[in-house]
Amino acid sequence: MLSLFAATSIVQLWYLVPLVVSVSLVYGATRHELPRPIFHQAFKTAVWMLTFMGVIFTILLLVSWSL
Amino acid sequence: MAPSDTIVEPFPNVRINLRQPLWALLLAWLWPGAGHFYQGRHAKGLLFMVCILGTFFFGLALGEGKVVYAGDSGQRVTVTGWRRLIQRWPYFLQAGVGLPAAPALVQTAIVRRGGQPLFGGIMAPPRNDDELAAWNERLNVRFEMGTLFTMIAGLLNVLAMYDAFAGPVATEPGDDKRPPPDKDAGDKQK
Repeated sequence: MLSLFAATSIVQLWYLVPLVVSVSLVYGATRHELPRPIFHQAFKTAVWMLTFMGVIFTILLLVSWSL
Repeated sequence: MAPSDTIVEPFPNVRINLRQPLWALLLAWLWPGAGHFYQGRHAKGLLFMVCILGTFFFGLALGEGKVVYAGDSGQRVTVTGWRRLIQRWPYFLQAGVGLPAAPALVQTAIVRRGGQPLFGGIMAPPRNDDELAAWNERLNVRFEMGTLFTMIAGLLNVLAMYDAFAGPVATEPGDDKRPPPDKDAGDKQK
């Protein structure tokens, strides 16, 4: 189980923040024209991306439990 | 508004003047957000410019200017023709940001002719495999992250280019409804 954490540095996870923000805002801006719906869509997209990555991480963690 | 302008209405009461979509597409590729400024969509243009160029230059800074280059120095001549100019496949995605990634082509051409790269070697290709290995060893994960960020910036600009060419993709038309103009406003003033 620890091998999964050993392969991922906490510092490297911070690179995720600007990436998620940028991708979410650009995606939201390509779906809407007015500012409020853009930011609303961007927030939903960011939550979706982080949730998806969290689920994948949890699955990998469980798979590597006995390693 | 010129007669030949293209007008779209992706949402109720939201009309967007795309002007000349092909020009907007070209400008959006050359400089992220420029196509939207051409169309008068200043807020979105600023958003795209800040997000896409911010991602690109952040990645470039992570990699100390070495993660965006178009090919090698020419020492390994294994391909011919136009493919000699672009041998680093991430550059196909990085080129999506347009002019900010163009110096890589210039630097590659200079190095291939035996000249010294400009501006301290920013966006210049490695002289050989040993130099590339040294970059990876010194920068470590920052080389990969810088490459990733610049590639994603190029891909994001492709989305922005489509938005400049055809307007937003309306998947939830209810969110962008503007209230209809007040038809009674003129009567109230009387």
